[in-house]
Amino acid sequence: MKRRLLLSTILAIGGALTTFADARAEAGQAAAASDGAAVMRRLTPEQYANVIEEVFGPAIELGGRFEPDLRVDSLNEVGSGRVSMSATGMAQYYLMARSIASQALSEKSRKVMLPCAPASAQEPDDACAAQFLNHAGGLLFRRPLTESELSIYVKTAHEGAVTTKDFYTGLSLSLASVLSSPQFLYRQTTVASRPDHNGAYTLDAYAKATRLSFFLWNSMPDAALMAAAEKGELNSDKGVAKQISRMLSSPRLSEGVRAFFADMLQLDGLSTLAKDSVLYPKFDTIVARDAREQILRTITNHVVDNRGDYRDIFTARTTFLTQQLASVYQVPLVNDVPNGAADTWQPYTFAAGDPRVGILTQIAFVALNSQPGRSSPTLRGKALREVIMCQKVPAPPAEVKFDIVQDTSNPEYKTARARLTAHRANPVCAGCHKLMDPMGLGLENFDGSGAFRTKENETVIDTSGELDNVKFNNAVELGKVVRENPATASCVVDRMVAYGLGRPVTRTEMAWVDLVKRAFAKDGYKIPDLMQTIARSPEFFRSERRTTETQKASAN
Amino acid sequence: MSKMIRRTVLRGLFNGAAVTVGLPFLDCFLNNNGTALAANGSALPVCFGSWLQGLGFNPGMWVPEKIGAGYRNNIQLKLFDPIRDKINVYSGMKYFMDGRPHETHTSTYQICTTGAVFDSSPIGPSIDSKVADVIGTRTRFRSLDVALDGSRASWSRRSGASINPSEGMPAALYKRVFGPEFKDPNAAEFTPDTLVLAQRSALSAVTEQRQDLLKQVGASDRVRLDEFFTSVREIENQLEIELQKPAPTIGCKVPKAEEETTADAVIENIVANSKIMSKLISHAMACGQTRVFNVLSNSNNWRHGGSPYNWHSSTHEESVDAALGYQKVVFGFIQAANQIFADFITSLDQTTEGAGTLLDRTLVLWQTDHGDARTHSIEEIPIMTAGSGGGRLKTGIHVSAPGEPCTRVGLTVQQVLGVPLNSWGNRSNETTKTFSEIVV
Repeated sequence: MKRRLLLSTILAIGGALTTFADARAEAGQAAAASDGAAVMRRLTPEQYANVIEEVFGPAIELGGRFEPDLRVDSLNEVGSGRVSMSATGMAQYYLMARSIASQALSEKSRKVMLPCAPASAQEPDDACAAQFLNHAGGLLFRRPLTESELSIYVKTAHEGAVTTKDFYTGLSLSLASVLSSPQFLYRQTTVASRPDHNGAYTLDAYAKATRLSFFLWNSMPDAALMAAAEKGELNSDKGVAKQISRMLSSPRLSEGVRAFFADMLQLDGLSTLAKDSVLYPKFDTIVARDAREQILRTITNHVVDNRGDYRDIFTARTTFLTQQLASVYQVPLVNDVPNGAADTWQPYTFAAGDPRVGILTQIAFVALNSQPGRSSPTLRGKALREVIMCQKVPAPPAEVKFDIVQDTSNPEYKTARARLTAHRANPVCAGCHKLMDPMGLGLENFDGSGAFRTKENETVIDTSGELDNVKFNNAVELGKVVRENPATASCVVDRMVAYGLGRPVTRTEMAWVDLVKRAFAKDGYKIPDLMQTIARSPEFFRSERRTTETQKASAN
Repeated sequence: MSKMIRRTVLRGLFNGAAVTVGLPFLDCFLNNNGTALAANGSALPVCFGSWLQGLGFNPGMWVPEKIGAGYRNNIQLKLFDPIRDKINVYSGMKYFMDGRPHETHTSTYQICTTGAVFDSSPIGPSIDSKVADVIGTRTRFRSLDVALDGSRASWSRRSGASINPSEGMPAALYKRVFGPEFKDPNAAEFTPDTLVLAQRSALSAVTEQRQDLLKQVGASDRVRLDEFFTSVREIENQLEIELQKPAPTIGCKVPKAEEETTADAVIENIVANSKIMSKLISHAMACGQTRVFNVLSNSNNWRHGGSPYNWHSSTHEESVDAALGYQKVVFGFIQAANQIFADFITSLDQTTEGAGTLLDRTLVLWQTDHGDARTHSIEEIPIMTAGSGGGRLKTGIHVSAPGEPCTRVGLTVQQVLGVPLNSWGNRSNETTKTFSEIVV
């Protein structure tokens, strides 16, 4: 089987992404303590799609719907270390497994996929089945199959061929079982057989390779990384560092960075974001999809391609636009591509003096954190606190009346500011709302769909406010204030560490995280350097407790 | 080893090729009293449904005037009058937070579905999972879970890590239940599918490795892996059921395929889609495909096209109308949602099975997150049940239990459906008391 490189962008699998609606369905924000043990993570929908594309090629259609992600401690990647699988979800994964397996072994593609031909197409051929399953299984499990695994899958292919009187159907059924196995659907965290000198356990070479590749590329290890694992090179810090350098200089780094920011900024919400079509006729699913792509392009261009300071994404005027986005942003986008398609992406720089500065003014932030029919300074302020600065705003209390707060028909309260001032005058509400509203009000020039406006209900909008006692007059200044707030840089490190480990940090790891933060500042707030610092740390591969019974036995 | 035996048995079954069973006469379903019986002479199986409608009722407008049998519906529940005799209304009860953080619209769903106020991570199992363990293991689907706003949101869960996503699209629900894998239970002929047999067999490649894999992981991952294998076994179970001649059913009418519809939170679409969802759930139960269902209205998002306010924001931001004494827009949302529920119950009641109806052998538990959503109140919580669960619960009764935990209703429902438990809920929500006066 030919190994394929992942070249496509996340956009190419956008069809799959728009189907797992309501990822933030409910209750995903639970506090999550960790004992420091490495956790198995379920492949996220994107990772699943990436792996299937890499192993079987881009033509494969997944043909099913993923179980929605679970957001825990603000990250789906942490949730992926918490989820098991519901019966309904498993039915969908099994459906996809069958569909993928039959496409991979269809009459057309079996010639490419199979390294051998069966003696008879109507009968089992264990040797040929073993050759295929060993190779495909090794890729899908991200490690060589054990003898027992291989024999089970070969036996399954054999029995399937007998029952259906067809070698390929039997093999396809066995491959569907491989794709329905936890060894594929979960990233395993097998630890090396001996603890290190601190008594802690470290992931084994293949688990290290998997952790590195999903962290840096959001996909499975490539052939070189697998070879390094096989040769034992990942057992030394030097060998690991060498692979990290190679991976960071790969174009695939952008995929990893995109996946991280899509998770951190909770962009999955855009796949189900609906706006009222009467109030916001320009906002449709294309705009929502493009808004996601815009913010990710802006960020990766800035932090990866230009190796810029992370904090500058809050003040940068450069971005990328499509015609649809330009229409919402009310800017002329000259399409200089001959007969250019409408979705062609073009770099765009907002002029000096334009209020569109930094990612907070992009649709992916202001429209995502709004109501379907209006803006919401509270939601925006909350997202700024919780998503960008990693601060938790308490939930509203029970037995509180809100009705004066946002009655737009009341002549006294024409703007959100006026309504929210009434809100903050109520001492029960004020405690928390003063954490959110004054920041969100700075973005009030952008309506619920992200379009620019200067008035609400014929009254000029006042966008002044403050963030942690620093005053600002408008969105441009807000961007600067956010950039300079120490919580901003600190937050991206906290999220990146939890994202890499797939769990919250433990108390004992906090000192390490502080060191990482210092290094991040010293290196000029460069995201690839931050990823390197984290990936090179021994903590990245450490599992505080033994993860296997067999290891316990051997250690004793 | 047991896997091998099961496979051999299946193969044995299959060696007979097409299994032909004569179509039974309709009379075979009925006993001498005309009450419905299954083909094998036992009473028709009981069904259970959990219906979650958020955002409560308008205070002062729903509690029936009289307690006990023959209650009179208050304004908000008037539209249930035609089926009042098959509905119980419960009033006066509350949720207890016991000083735990009150995540509005979340903590209380957690309590009404699992009985428990959670400390950190969401937990399970939800009431429907526990009931399905008892009554839902012999059907193609353990449960059918739908959301009315087109989303996949769900409160049905085996644990906090294993959440059953909802189906939000009627056409997709149709395909899942009545698509190519559906076998008409009343068809004359039944031929087990070779491919299904092979699939069923091939899946043991996954389950055979369970013990080995469980040994290799730490404690918390072991729990998750175990849940994973439980779900795989459910698929095996589903395939096994597909290999057997389905038991004939008395009220099964196979519905026509559903066209794709716009499924979102705009109220006109919700009303239209709910009609289809209701029909499909009724047919699925009548055709023996499932005995358990979950409906989540996901009320927070409901909105009228062209309005900047959804139901949730209206509850907080709409002024109480001075003349009427209530929030007009919110009242309208509640009425629309109640009509959808009433229509659903009516459609179950119009599915006749001999002398009885599908509703007669079903018990639907209707719950909500807040009493008065306007203030996020967790007192005076409205609860309803519809149907008697096959004569296990008296109906047409208003039960008043001021200050009692809502979990009393959940416990009563679970006990009458055969879930073996004496108490339900945690902290102040824990109760050992059922409403024995309504239990038959």
